[in-house]
Amino acid sequence: MHPQFIIDASYFAAAFLFIYGLKRMSSPVTARSGIVVAGLGMLVATLASFLYYFGVDEAARPHLPVNITLAATALVLGTSWAWWSGKRVAMTAMPQMVALYNGMGGGAAAAIAAVELLRPGAAHAAVPLVVTVIGALIGTVSLAGSLIAWAKLNGNINGTWRMKGQQVLNGTVFLATLGLGLYIVFVAHGHASPGLTAAFFAGALIFGVLMTMPIGGADMPVVISLYNAFTGLAVGAEGYVLQNPALMIAGMVVGSAGTLLTLLMAKAMNRSVSNVIFSNFGASGDEQQGEIKGSQKPAEAGDAAIQMRYASKVIFAPGYGLAVAQAQHKLYEFVQLLVAAGVEVKFAIHPVAGRMPGHMNVLLAEAGVPYDMIYDLEDINGEFKEADVAVVIGANDTVNPAARTNKSSPIYGMPILNVDQAKQVYVIKRGQGKGYSGVENELFYADNTNLVYGDAQKVLVAMIQAVKSLEGGH
Amino acid sequence: MDLTTTLTGFVALYIFMLAAFTGYEIIGRVPAILHTPLMSGSNFVHGIVVVGAMYALLNATSLVEQVIGFIGVLLGASNAAGGYVVTERMLEMFKPSKADAARQQKK
Repeated sequence: MHPQFIIDASYFAAAFLFIYGLKRMSSPVTARSGIVVAGLGMLVATLASFLYYFGVDEAARPHLPVNITLAATALVLGTSWAWWSGKRVAMTAMPQMVALYNGMGGGAAAAIAAVELLRPGAAHAAVPLVVTVIGALIGTVSLAGSLIAWAKLNGNINGTWRMKGQQVLNGTVFLATLGLGLYIVFVAHGHASPGLTAAFFAGALIFGVLMTMPIGGADMPVVISLYNAFTGLAVGAEGYVLQNPALMIAGMVVGSAGTLLTLLMAKAMNRSVSNVIFSNFGASGDEQQGEIKGSQKPAEAGDAAIQMRYASKVIFAPGYGLAVAQAQHKLYEFVQLLVAAGVEVKFAIHPVAGRMPGHMNVLLAEAGVPYDMIYDLEDINGEFKEADVAVVIGANDTVNPAARTNKSSPIYGMPILNVDQAKQVYVIKRGQGKGYSGVENELFYADNTNLVYGDAQKVLVAMIQAVKSLEGGH
Repeated sequence: MDLTTTLTGFVALYIFMLAAFTGYEIIGRVPAILHTPLMSGSNFVHGIVVVGAMYALLNATSLVEQVIGFIGVLLGASNAAGGYVVTERMLEMFKPSKADAARQQKK
């Protein structure tokens, strides 16, 4: 059989397995097998690609032994590093790992484009050349942006970085990069000097960095999802250049799915995507602190726990603080004690609780919390009125009543969990700091709110002990 | 090199259009709890870029192309392998909790 036929057939199989795998991933029951199916497609396609060995250009033949060794080495190194790092990363750090791997995919797409543009004597038709440059631009921006997103979520870069005239600077860098791209396509016809080509990629890298630096942590999920879509589009574009249908289909499926996911995430936060990228969210938060009446009233973990033990209905609203403290197991242990004591317990999950939609569900699932205890915002918001106690664990912006009432607040209009309507609210948080948006939270000053200061893990351990010692005393 | 498939002009556009609708349909019907795993899953799928990088590397004729191609395969392989591991770990958690839920309902 002709090697090219085997390659084509393998790519066809891979494209089918990717789509079928993603389809299976879209239901919780079949999701686990979905990734295995898609993984099989990747394995088949990668192995078949070694058959390129038999069909390379005449000019590349003398280099083949070196090239195939390099390819195998890079495959082994990349796979083993990623496998190792992916296995050992904590569940709470998943969002930044997705960002990191995604950036690498964007970098790979950019590398393909760079090889195409630097290949001496290659004949470049106009359309593929335009697509090459577009893919290079998108892929490189995705690489730089994803790395910044990763560093921000990982804590390597703290806070946001802004300066006067940033929009102008970003616009200038983008236009300069675009200008270089247009030059490569229409003036140099794909045979620009290596220096100019390098300048084009450098411009795209700088733009990706500049574009991501001012974006705050709360918006990171939207940004990561956007770059995920970017990488997909870049891969699809380079797939067209290489005449590779597997790359075209996989890239475009991810490009459109990622775009839709980005829009869904932005909608859950009541922000538009352009708002996320171009506005300085949180910058206005410090200026307009409305006066908030009342004071923050502290409470002991044990007292709070005992009140919950004798309540009839308790709703937990976990947020990123729970994830940071890795307290999901302790939380479920405490909840099981409450359930055993006859308390009706529910979990209320805000669409963007944690750092990505569904992130909190993953963490609670890790702790073994059954599905039927977990409720989405729309399903649970009517129930807070009937709850004796609402417990906010490391969440802030997602429970800030200002989103409902204060039109001048930057988060006004964002759907929030109505925890303030419960008879008693306990907020477990580490200190008196603000949320990621930088907005003060009047919930913490409300008459029916008490704050339990401390790391979520330690507070929950104290709560478990309080309830257990109560049972022991009987 | 000579490929048996030529995907130019409208054929390429048809492929892109159908693939775009496919992606839209898959994500559009997904419950919110699966958004993170699916984002990670789609992140894995575009790891197929490693195949394109391998093609570029195998056809490299100069040191610069070899270096960039090597980096491309390295990054692409990391994207694919990392995406797979992370997605699988996320989805693995959905199984025991389902079983727990079923057990609790029986009680």
